[in-house]
Amino acid sequence: MSTAETVATADRRAWMGLLARAEPARLAALLGADLPEHVLLRAPEIGAVMVRGRVGGAGDAFNLGEMTVTRCSLRLASGVVGHAYVQGRDRDHARQAALVDALMQTGRSTEIEARVLAPLAAEETARRSARAARAAATKVEFFTMVRGED
Amino acid sequence: MDSAALQGGFADPPVESARAFRAVLDAMARPGTIRRVTGAAPPAPLSVAAGVLLLVLTDRTTPVWLAPSHDHADVRDWIAFQTGAPIAAPGGAAFALGDWAGLRPPGRFPTGTPDYPDRSVTLIVEQTVLRAEGARLTGPGIAGAAALNLPETAAFAENRARFPLGFDCYFTAGERLAALPRSTRVEAG
Amino acid sequence: MYVAVKGGERAIDNAHAWLAEERRGDPAVPALGLDQIAGQLALAVNRVMAEGSLFDRGLAALAIKQARGDLIEAIFLIRAYRTTLPRFGASVPVDTAGMACIRRISATFKDAPGGQVLGPTFDYTHRLLDFALAAEGAVPEAPQAEPQPGPVPHVTGFLGRDGMIEPAEFTGAEPRDLTREPLSLPADRALRLQALARGDEGFVLGLAYSTQRGYGRTHAFVGELRIGTVGVEIEIPELGFAVEIGEVELTECETVNQFKGSRTEPPQFTRGYGLTFGQTERKAIAMSLVDRALRWRELGEDDTGAPAQDEEFVLSHCDNIQATGFLEHIKLPHYVDFQSELELVRKLRAEAEQARAARKAAE
Repeated sequence: MSTAETVATADRRAWMGLLARAEPARLAALLGADLPEHVLLRAPEIGAVMVRGRVGGAGDAFNLGEMTVTRCSLRLASGVVGHAYVQGRDRDHARQAALVDALMQTGRSTEIEARVLAPLAAEETARRSARAARAAATKVEFFTMVRGED
Repeated sequence: MDSAALQGGFADPPVESARAFRAVLDAMARPGTIRRVTGAAPPAPLSVAAGVLLLVLTDRTTPVWLAPSHDHADVRDWIAFQTGAPIAAPGGAAFALGDWAGLRPPGRFPTGTPDYPDRSVTLIVEQTVLRAEGARLTGPGIAGAAALNLPETAAFAENRARFPLGFDCYFTAGERLAALPRSTRVEAG
Repeated sequence: MYVAVKGGERAIDNAHAWLAEERRGDPAVPALGLDQIAGQLALAVNRVMAEGSLFDRGLAALAIKQARGDLIEAIFLIRAYRTTLPRFGASVPVDTAGMACIRRISATFKDAPGGQVLGPTFDYTHRLLDFALAAEGAVPEAPQAEPQPGPVPHVTGFLGRDGMIEPAEFTGAEPRDLTREPLSLPADRALRLQALARGDEGFVLGLAYSTQRGYGRTHAFVGELRIGTVGVEIEIPELGFAVEIGEVELTECETVNQFKGSRTEPPQFTRGYGLTFGQTERKAIAMSLVDRALRWRELGEDDTGAPAQDEEFVLSHCDNIQATGFLEHIKLPHYVDFQSELELVRKLRAEAEQARAARKAAE
C-alpha cells in the first residue's frame, strides 16, 4: 500500500468510526432530509458481532459477549460505494452512515466534512472530556500523615 | 473489493431466501427432482443455482472450498461480501463448489464421524445441463425410481455404501438444481 | 395407561393478560420509559447485558421492563433474542490498556501511574438509606478537574518488568465459542473466561468468596480494577481493513496472587482475570478469583477438592439460564411421569405388605 493509500485508509477508518459512534438522531439532523439518490447493495441489516477480549488484557483472545450492529452498503448514482457498520439496531443510522461514507469519497467531501463530521467530532470530544473531567475530580491525592522513621 | 462483488445478492432477502430455502430443502427431500431457483446474479462461472445455494446455505460458520474451475477473485469476493463464508482447504470444508473433475476425489473432504455424521461436506457440482435421465436413483424420498444425469455412478455408489458417513450433493446448471443425499442408492441407468 | 390431554389455552391467555396488567401496575402512576430504566437503573441494565451476553442498553432496558424487574427473566429474554441475530463476525480483541477509564484503582500500588481514580462508586458511602431520594429533587453537578493526559498502563505491567509476575500467555489460538458449540471439557482458559463472563453473578460471587474462606485459597489482591469504554473494531472483508463499529463499557479486574513456585517456575505472582460488560465490578472481581482458582492444574498446585477448583462443577452450573430452565421445568405438568411413580410406590407398598403378612404367618 502506498503512503497516499495509507493516509486515505486512515482517514476513512476515522470517519467510519466517528459515524458508528454518533448518536443516530444527531447524524440524521446534521445530514438533513435531502439525501442523494442511491441504490442499496445490502439493505440495512441488524446483526451481532462477537466482542473479544484478551486473557489478562494482553494474552490470547477469548469471546466476551456480543454487541448489536447494523450494517448497510449502497451505491450513489455516480457509482461510488459507501459501507457502514454501526453499533445498535437503527437501520436509518446505518444507511445515513453509509451515505456519508460514500459522499466523503466524492467532490462533496469538504462540505460533508464541515457540515456533518466536524460537529460530530467536536460533540464527541466534549462528551468524552466531560466524563474525563469528572473522573479526574475523583482522583485520590495522598497526604503523608506520619512517616515511621527511627 | 470490486463493486461487482457487491451486486447479485437477493433484492428482497427475507422473501427470496425463504422461497429459495424451501426449494433447496425440497430438492434434498426428493432426490433427483429438478427445481428452478432464481434471485441470485453471481459472477461467472457461478450458475444462478449455485449462487442461490451459497446465499441460503453458507455464512461465516461454513467454510467453502472452491475447485480450480471456480477459484477466481471475483467469486471469492462475491462469497465474502454476500455470505461471509471463509474460503477453506478441502479437509476443513463444509461446502465444496466446482465442476466434477475439480471436486474429485471426494474422499479429501470431511465425511463426518460415527458420532457426528453431519460434520461432513456438501458438494455443489456445477454441470452444463441437468436432465432426468441417466443414473437410476432409489431410496428414501423417491417413489419407485428417479433418474438424473450424474457425472459418474461409481463415486456415488461408494458414498452410499459408507452410510451414515459420506457427503451430500447438489447438482446445478443455470437456474436448475437437483440433490443427491448420501442415503440414495445409485446404479448405472 | 397413557392418556394424551390438552387444554388450558384460555387459562394461559388470561394469565398472560393479567401478567400484562400487573406489569403495568397502577395506571395512575406514569409508566417507566426505557430511557429511565437505562439511565436510572443502569447497573441492572449492565448485569442483564453482561449475563445476557449482548451489549445493547436499549434491549436490556426493554427486557427488564418486560420481566417486571426479574433480572434472570430479563437475561433469558436477551439470550433468546440474540439467537435470532446473524453473526457478522468477531471483533479484533479490545485493547483494555487504551480504555477511557472512569474508574481505576489498585489495591497493590498506591502510586501507580495514572493514579487512583475512584469514579462513580458506592465504596466509602455509609450505606444509609437516603430518604431525600424518595422525594424528587435536582442533583448538583459533579465536580470536575483537569484530566491529566497520558496513558494509564496496566499495573501488572510493572511487576512483569521485573519478572515478578507470570507473563500473559499468547499463542494466537482462535478461541472456542460456547454459543456455537456445546461445552466440552477440559476447557481452556479462554473458554472458561467466556463461561464466567456470562455466568450468574451470585453463583460466581459465592464461589469466589469460598476461595477467600479457604476452599481453594488463592491469596488474591486486586492488582487493578478499571471501568471505562473501549472502541470495538472488526475486519470488514469488503474494505480489506478494520474499522471501529462502536464502543462498549467494560469492567476489568486483574488479581495478583501469591505463588510459591513449582518445579519449573520460580516463586512469583500469578494472575486471575475478569472482564465483563458494563460497570459490573463485583462480578469482574469474583470472575478473576474463580479464574485463578481454576488454574490450579497448569500451575502445578494441589487439587484440594474445593468447588471453585472443579472446572466441570463451575462451568456446568454457572449459567443461570441453564440452571433456571432445568430448575423451573419441574413445576410444569409431569402428570404421566408422576402417575408411573405413584404406581411404582403402590406396588412396592403392596409387596412390603405381603412380605410382612407372610412373616407374621410364619411366626
